[in-house]
Amino acid sequence: MDFQSIVFYFFSTVMVLASLRVITARNPVHAALFLVLAFFSAGGIWMLLHAEFLAIALVMVYVGAVMVLFLFVVMMLDINLERIRQGFWSYLPVGALIGVLMVVEMVMVLGGRYFGLDAMPKPAEVEQGYSNTKELGRLLYTEYVYPFELASIVLLVAMVAAVALTLRKRKNVKIIDPAEQVAVKRDDRVRIVSMRAEKE
Amino acid sequence: MDAFIEPVATLFGGAWPLVWSLLKIIGIIAPLFLCVAYLTLAERKVIGYMQVRIGPNRVGPLGLLQPIADGVKLLLKEIIVPSGANKGLFIVGPVLALGPALAAWSVVPFSDGWVIGNVDAGLLFLLAVTSIEVYGVIIAGWASNSKYAFLGGVRAAAQMVSYEIAMGFALVCVLMISSSLNLSDIVASQGKGQGAELGLGFLSWNWLPLFPMFIVYLISGIAETNRAPFDVVEGESEIVAGHMVEYSGMAFALFFLGEYANMILISALTSILFLGGWLSPVSFLPDGFVWLALKISFILFLFLWFRATFPRFRYDHIMRLGWKVFIPLTLFWVVVVAVWIMSPLSLWK
Repeated sequence: MDFQSIVFYFFSTVMVLASLRVITARNPVHAALFLVLAFFSAGGIWMLLHAEFLAIALVMVYVGAVMVLFLFVVMMLDINLERIRQGFWSYLPVGALIGVLMVVEMVMVLGGRYFGLDAMPKPAEVEQGYSNTKELGRLLYTEYVYPFELASIVLLVAMVAAVALTLRKRKNVKIIDPAEQVAVKRDDRVRIVSMRAEKE
Repeated sequence: MDAFIEPVATLFGGAWPLVWSLLKIIGIIAPLFLCVAYLTLAERKVIGYMQVRIGPNRVGPLGLLQPIADGVKLLLKEIIVPSGANKGLFIVGPVLALGPALAAWSVVPFSDGWVIGNVDAGLLFLLAVTSIEVYGVIIAGWASNSKYAFLGGVRAAAQMVSYEIAMGFALVCVLMISSSLNLSDIVASQGKGQGAELGLGFLSWNWLPLFPMFIVYLISGIAETNRAPFDVVEGESEIVAGHMVEYSGMAFALFFLGEYANMILISALTSILFLGGWLSPVSFLPDGFVWLALKISFILFLFLWFRATFPRFRYDHIMRLGWKVFIPLTLFWVVVVAVWIMSPLSLWK
């Protein structure tokens, strides 16, 4: 077994174990951290495929930003495990059905002719001076420019919608606008009164 | 040098690349820890003089052995794990706080060719590594099972995620004008231009054409490392010491090392990306590592100077500065730089 295979099997093992722990861990914070580990191993596997830009982007976006916010929310939840378990047996048939459906779908996708070893050959050895990042940028902005721009517009709309849905202005809050606060002058706050000293 | 390395290489045989990499890593990390130790002394001395005090002067001549005494003290202290803490994560927290700060140094070039991994996507790697630094703080804050620590962790998460975006956009400007993600290439591209032709190399470094981005990067860097005036994560007058409040001994020291290693890293990056790295400011002096060291020291001095000068920002002001000032400004500047590169006035042909 050469070095690359060892690395591949190492990352794959870690990823599979971590993914299993995501769904079996009792503590949601542990589950989120195992998900981080799974993302990290996936980044490692992509790196083996010479997709260094995608690998690092995966770590940067999912590990560095998305999962931080996930943890942020999960840490603040006060989850009562007993209550969640209450309806376990009544939900089991539906859950099992969906699970079986997903397994069947995955088998159909992965076992089909699009995913065999002959359909996915080993990536060609890169020559000197080949830049994965440059190649990706060239493809995105020439061949796939319309799908790319379309995807970004969909994301933008989703972002605006999310902000619009959660933006609420309450009238009677005493919050101070920092911009006003910074621009304040002495005369707005202080009134100097000339007053004669008084005797007791 | 090669004649000296050759016999040692044959001694190790096939394992030589591994041994050589390890030696290089030690060659960076050992001086880095020394720098961290003396940065703590420098901080106390500089702030001392700025506040008309002397600073530490008891241990060794001029107090020069003070960091060693501090280190030994922390080594000998007991690490107490709070009873309600999540033990595994409590130990993992400080490790994760220091690890990325050291891993990032693997792509930092110290001089022409002096780099462990001269990878093509070096800048991206740095962005990714610095973005996982926050996990140490969050995990420590949560695992300590203390309200102060938890508040510190939550603040750290919000602050680091906010300033990372502005930092990323500032870096996008840099990589647009140097058209490379490789840090050595970015430095090399700063050695060209009209300023360099006149013999005044410092005029063609990135700080001048990208001056707003330089300032944004520097300030975001201070916020990313949780240094004053953005140190609400520790904020000793509000939440005692934030995520570190339950830590003692070496576990606390790891956080401390991580924070200072990060400061040095941010200073090194600012020097490499905006101040021309190892390039000499004028053409009659040779390029070399000395210049990088001088630039890093200057930026570190700025860090200390800011700490001695500014009062702590209020939390909502920090968020406002990050989201409402820096992100729109950097977004706008990315467009400006893009137009500038394409226009006939471009400096980077």
